[in-house]
Amino acid sequence: MSGAIDITASDLKLESKAPTGPLAEKWSKHKFDLKLVNPANKRRYRVIVVGSGLAGASAASSLGELGYHVDCFCFQDSPRRAHSIAAQGGINAAKNYQNDGDSIFRLFYDTIKGGDFRAREANVHRLAECSVDIIDHCTALGVPFAREYGGQLANRSFGGAQVSRTFYARGQTGQQLLLGAYSSLSRMIELGRVKMHSRAEMLDLVLVDGHAKGIVTRDLVSGEIKAWAADAVVLATGGYGNVFYLSTNAQGCNVTATYRAYKRGAAFANPCFTQIHPTCIPVHGDQQSKLTLMSESLRNDGRIWVPKAKSDTRGAAQIPEAERDYYLERKYPSFGNLVPRDIASRAAKQVCDEGRGVGPGGLGVYLDFAKAISEKGKRDIEGKYGNLFDMYAKITAEDPYATPMRIYPAVHYTMGGLWVDYNLMSNVPGLFVLGEANFSDHGANRLGASALMQGLSDGYFVIPYTVGGYLAGEKPGKAGVDHAAFGEVVSTVKSRSHKLLSIQGNKSPRQFHRALGQIMWERCGMARNAAGLEKAVTDIRALRAEFWENVKVLGDGSAVNTSLEMAGRVADFLEFGEIMCVDAWHRQESCGGHFREEFQTEEGEARRDDDGFAYVAAWMHRGDGKVPSLAKEPLSFENVKLSQRSYK
Amino acid sequence: MSTQKNMNLTLQVWRQKSKRDAGGFKTYQAKNISPDQSFLEMLDVVNEDLIAKGEEPIAFDHDCREGICGMCSLFINGAPHGGFPGTTTCQLHMRHFKDGDEITIEPWRAKPFPVLKDLIVDRTSFDRLVQAGGYISVNTGGAPDANAVPIPKKDADLAMDAASCIGCGACVAACPNASAMLFVSAKISQLRHLPQGEAERKKRALNMLNRADQEGFGSCRNHFECEAACPKDIPRRVMAEAYRDYIEASALREE
Ligand SMILES: Cc1cc2nc3c(=O)[nH]c(=O)nc-3n(C[C@H](O)[C@H](O)[C@H](O)COP(=O)(O)OP(=O)(O)OC[C@H]3O[C@@H](n4cnc5c(N)ncnc54)[C@H](O)[C@@H]3O)c2cc1C
Ligand code: SF4
Ligand code: FES
Repeated sequence: MSGAIDITASDLKLESKAPTGPLAEKWSKHKFDLKLVNPANKRRYRVIVVGSGLAGASAASSLGELGYHVDCFCFQDSPRRAHSIAAQGGINAAKNYQNDGDSIFRLFYDTIKGGDFRAREANVHRLAECSVDIIDHCTALGVPFAREYGGQLANRSFGGAQVSRTFYARGQTGQQLLLGAYSSLSRMIELGRVKMHSRAEMLDLVLVDGHAKGIVTRDLVSGEIKAWAADAVVLATGGYGNVFYLSTNAQGCNVTATYRAYKRGAAFANPCFTQIHPTCIPVHGDQQSKLTLMSESLRNDGRIWVPKAKSDTRGAAQIPEAERDYYLERKYPSFGNLVPRDIASRAAKQVCDEGRGVGPGGLGVYLDFAKAISEKGKRDIEGKYGNLFDMYAKITAEDPYATPMRIYPAVHYTMGGLWVDYNLMSNVPGLFVLGEANFSDHGANRLGASALMQGLSDGYFVIPYTVGGYLAGEKPGKAGVDHAAFGEVVSTVKSRSHKLLSIQGNKSPRQFHRALGQIMWERCGMARNAAGLEKAVTDIRALRAEFWENVKVLGDGSAVNTSLEMAGRVADFLEFGEIMCVDAWHRQESCGGHFREEFQTEEGEARRDDDGFAYVAAWMHRGDGKVPSLAKEPLSFENVKLSQRSYK
Repeated sequence: MSTQKNMNLTLQVWRQKSKRDAGGFKTYQAKNISPDQSFLEMLDVVNEDLIAKGEEPIAFDHDCREGICGMCSLFINGAPHGGFPGTTTCQLHMRHFKDGDEITIEPWRAKPFPVLKDLIVDRTSFDRLVQAGGYISVNTGGAPDANAVPIPKKDADLAMDAASCIGCGACVAACPNASAMLFVSAKISQLRHLPQGEAERKKRALNMLNRADQEGFGSCRNHFECEAACPKDIPRRVMAEAYRDYIEASALREE
């Protein structure tokens, strides 16, 4: 490959292991073909699960139920606080309870198309199949999904879907699903099948003879750095949106676990695929630590607009109807305000770039409920969105019933992640990756209400089978923590932590994080181009060099040290951000959340290049400071026709 | 956006090196704080100042910063989460304070929540209460269709009201006896309003409430400070429901 960034091809062969045969029979066939572990033998195997979000908690509890010995880790003080708790809107499932034409195939099709044809068909179809079981299982666990008066489950349509397939629990769907998984996990802990390690952060992966056989953690209370051995390792450590510093993610979300696995040989797939959510509360000041998502459901009744004129400083109420540009309705008459997230976000950026944005710095657009309120009544709107309106008012001190909300896109979700095969196993044998941490199901853009579905499908319904398939071929207890490989990794981790504490420079970890975030948002955010990405790579390298000379971490390693935790995470972001930019640079097409300014149609829409780029880009570590090498998994579409997405 | 001007504040913050350290208050200045900042963002600014001066930053728990994970805590001016209705510390905005205010910040204080450092406490006792029975014992696989058993909307709503507890521990911190009754009852109430939870209803109440005793939580003396402090408005009725299940279970045991 030519250009300013020198990319070499990796000799890694990526085998998807997707079963052959008709799409709808693949998973059943595969489940039958997978080897089983004898029930009496299961308790002789240990499995490490890192993460207790929807993916991790459901995996840990299901594996515990099967009889494996499970060690589960999370960095929060309780597994119940994983970032999944914050999901508001809902979870998709192809139940077709509404009789509106939904089916497993339609959910599969929507997900492939929504992902702009950059996901693997077999995985996505399995996801759609499992979606149905998730709702049944969660209901059995006592998840209080919303109900109709007749006692049946309620649904809503979400994120531009044309069927009503989203299940929800008020605005707290993630919370309720997570508490359901947490309750199962708690039962397994009580029964002694799962040992929970809270406030424990995985800082490295241990390989023995090329297989993942353990991890090294730091106890966030005592500071102890410790090795843990197992027969397989499952990472369910969530997404890396916080590489942008400001995002809708919880503060602790980070890339460390998956990035450390990458440095030990796991391939990182499509790192540049990030989702920028269109409806977030705009940035209010430079001390801001996070951005708040306003549920996408608001777009069902809210109309998005900006003034037609540039730099119009009048208040919203002073701008007459004729001088407003309802740009989504204008550009996409058939989907209007309900176009997918990537399209809505980009359109908002466009009008703001034209100087028509509203609010401080011109970085905002209006989301206006006046029409809905006058047509349906305030009561109706209050009933549907009351809690969201309250939240908005609490944060902004403005009343959205009286004046339109101001919203702006924000980083929300990362479709990229560690590469996994159909078994959710990475290219490192024995290392499984679930939930947002893997790359598998959402292609270049995730549909609303599909992340919760994927996390639970992976954890409840996929991993219990596929881990067994791997373990059946492994002797239990192959390597204990006394194996030399563990000692080596422990000392690497210790010296890194020591290094961070010994620099004693002049800048806090947060200052570096904020600076990195600015580079990423500016150059690798909603719109990207080759020159900008090259500049980003140079700037990130310089910032990283400065970090290792000038970061200031106070306190010591043998106690609670929140700065040390943050410094370690920022250090990994500083390396990982570069890989995102390299990936974005190499992908010379626009697809889903990845918009390359050089590749657009005359109307400014994304131009995908299926001949050149219908593959998964999986990056392999080649050593510190080196551009990673690239392995490709070609994507073939046998059940859907590749088409240009159109929401006009 | 708030029209209020930026402000300067004086903070009295509890600092404690470790579980064993005695701890004490230290005074800090929070300068040029915007009314649109959240309380935790105000502490971020103070911490950046401290780092610049070479003093270890104040340790506090937080994660989602949008009122749902239950990780943030803080006793602010004598009230858990600052005492504003339906508000967690992370959702508390500085516009509720004024220039020149003095603010006292302490950790949760309750025997079952020992301080780990500064404002961080150990709440794993809450996890152990749930482990005692805060679940429906069902394995993955083989669940009947979710619509097989209709659940009246009223019951689903009652369950949801109780289920919105975020496990923050403000109820315990507010209670003169450090009782965990509101937290435990919220779970008991959620599951008792659903047909799936019926089979284990009595056992659940018995085991969870007994576990609360073992963990050193005090008993409930009907002060209802918990209800007032709860950022998620968990209603006191859940405690009456849990108590009813507990009595039934105890009576059965004695027979
Ligand atoms: C505000 C918001 C709203 C959302 N709403 C929706 C929605 O309505 N519908 C939908 O489908 N999706 C939604 N999403 C996306 C969805 O919530 C997430 O993608 C999903 O919950 C991720 O689940 P997970 O289990 O993969 O990871 P997480 O829930 O992020 O869990 C990660 C776990 O890994 C642990 N961990 C991470 N690193 C380490 C480490 N190094 N050592 C030890 N432990 C570690 C953490 O402690 C945590 O337990 C939303 C996201 C946001 C930000
Ligand atoms: S009952 Fe309320 S105060 Fe107590 S833990 Fe739950 S949310 Fe917090
Ligand atoms: S930080 Fe999550 S509730 Fe406050």
